[in-house]
Amino acid sequence: MTVEATPSEAQRIRRVSPWRTFLTRPEFGSIVGAIFIFLLFWALTGFVVGKGFMSTQGFAAYIEITAQVGILGATVSLLMIAGEFDLSVGSMIGAAGLILAMCVSTYGLPLWLSVVITFAFALGIGWLNGYLVVRTGLPSFIVTLGSLYMLRGAGLALTRVLTNGLTIVSGVGTATANDPIAWLFNGTLFSINGGDFKVELVWWIGVVLLATWILLRTKFGNWIFAVGGSKDASRSMGVPVSRVKILLFMATAASAALFACIQVLSVGTADVLRGQQKEFEAIITAVIGGTLLTGGYGSALGSAFGAFVLGVTQLGIFFVPGFNSDWYAFVLGLLLLVAALLNNWILRRASGARS
Amino acid sequence: MTSQTSTVSVLEARNVSKMFGRVVALKDVTLSVRAGEVNCLLGDNGAGKSTLIKMLSGVHRPDGGTLAMDGEPVTLSSPHDAQARGIATVFQDLAVLPLMSVSRNFFLGNEPTRGFGPFKRFDINSADEIARQQMKEIGIEVRETSQLVGTMSGGERQTLAIARAEYFGARVLILDEPTSALGVKQSAIVLRHILRARAKGLAVIFITHNVQHALPVGDKFTILSHGRSIGEFKRGEVGLDQLLSLMGGGAELTELSTELEQLRAEGASQETATPAS
Repeated sequence: MTVEATPSEAQRIRRVSPWRTFLTRPEFGSIVGAIFIFLLFWALTGFVVGKGFMSTQGFAAYIEITAQVGILGATVSLLMIAGEFDLSVGSMIGAAGLILAMCVSTYGLPLWLSVVITFAFALGIGWLNGYLVVRTGLPSFIVTLGSLYMLRGAGLALTRVLTNGLTIVSGVGTATANDPIAWLFNGTLFSINGGDFKVELVWWIGVVLLATWILLRTKFGNWIFAVGGSKDASRSMGVPVSRVKILLFMATAASAALFACIQVLSVGTADVLRGQQKEFEAIITAVIGGTLLTGGYGSALGSAFGAFVLGVTQLGIFFVPGFNSDWYAFVLGLLLLVAALLNNWILRRASGARS
Repeated sequence: MTSQTSTVSVLEARNVSKMFGRVVALKDVTLSVRAGEVNCLLGDNGAGKSTLIKMLSGVHRPDGGTLAMDGEPVTLSSPHDAQARGIATVFQDLAVLPLMSVSRNFFLGNEPTRGFGPFKRFDINSADEIARQQMKEIGIEVRETSQLVGTMSGGERQTLAIARAEYFGARVLILDEPTSALGVKQSAIVLRHILRARAKGLAVIFITHNVQHALPVGDKFTILSHGRSIGEFKRGEVGLDQLLSLMGGGAELTELSTELEQLRAEGASQETATPAS
């Protein structure tokens, strides 16, 4: 055996094809998954075009679900890349919706002010979640599980007191009927053959693009990856770990508030129980989008495809003969497992490509 | 003293002590390093090496004694303060983030930006360019600067961290066990780079418990044992065996070996005694 010299340059700078690079991108799985799920449901509904699953009404319906969960998924992805969870987004949706509805219909405040108050409340709770996580060093899973229950419980109890025993606040629709600000959250962009495409589509695309830009093209984005990779290593390189985490908890809470504004102004009522399970759907969206549960790696763009997978599945099942929406939860769980396995595989290819 | 500035130590600890509660972690330790010099800090586990380097990198403050830079006493109030003064510490397991790309790692915490206000963004192109150049300079060809650091070998990762510290203007490099988790070939990459940094005029403090790694690169050897300095030896003054025995606490080792001898002798005499009776 000869002594191994430094490897030759040719061996080292072997060109990598764009296709191979794409295969190691974190969002690769979600793009393939989105196409696959779409084709699968189209096949299961008999490749029919023009009605049911493959109609503009159908498309508008699952895009609506996609956009709503996608808004949460994008910010939750960033937080998960930074190595933390936020389980409180679900009850934050209920609580924020309630605050908005009470400001508008119980106290008669103008809508713009009510929206500002709602977001201020969400940002405050988000800050508190983040502060507790970084100060106590407790896992965010536990801290936000606590705030999940506390927000839900306090929301229920206080609403009953303030509304004489009800947990639903109505009258938002009539109070905001002619307010142009309401259109920002419940407006219809355009209709094609009876399929209404709502303004939340713009919010969703905006949030995803902003999150992706921050993650990939700013200093802060670099810090998000680093903090999730190793807190101690980041700190030793001068990254403000606590600030990064707290800001991201505020971002997830703000996205829950946006979700709440869209829902309350679209439906016209607020229910404190709204948003249940959304915390898990947001996490599943992020994981399908290629974000690791352990942090340090992932994609905000991928969460958009993850949300699409969720939206198509939720509505697609409804159109498949012999199935009903009871199967939604089952399929969602299955998708999560498959996505997590796929992410592992992609990560191995990306980091172990040495072979 | 002022006339011979070149002999002034860039970084120095003068009779420093540190207590953790009632435990004496360091007592009266002195260590210094000059520009273009490698001081190897040797010692067994628990000898106080980590405490000393944490002190030199601004994590801990000395309870007694002083730190000095260029001959002037200084207080290092935080790791950030130490970095700002040109002291770069590369910790063994905290050197790099394996799931991030080469250029993202290289510029972590020092990202170049373009634009201003809300449009201020991470200048990824120039980061890629500089990272590629720097890696090439130290002899590591990067396939793609988007390549994850996890694909690099252990030696290359440590070297990346050292190159990064040099690039960002470090005057003192503190390397915490950079070779302890590495094989022979990988260690060689790191040792070669230590000599390179020395040739560039950096002051290097190289912490290790592997004497074989220290001997070929060290100008000075400082040995710690049980929180105390056993002494500073110049290159050529000491050999491998001597360093080894000093590290393990020479007297203790001798004591141990005589004790072991006795045990062997007793065992032998018992063995010969039993069949006879």
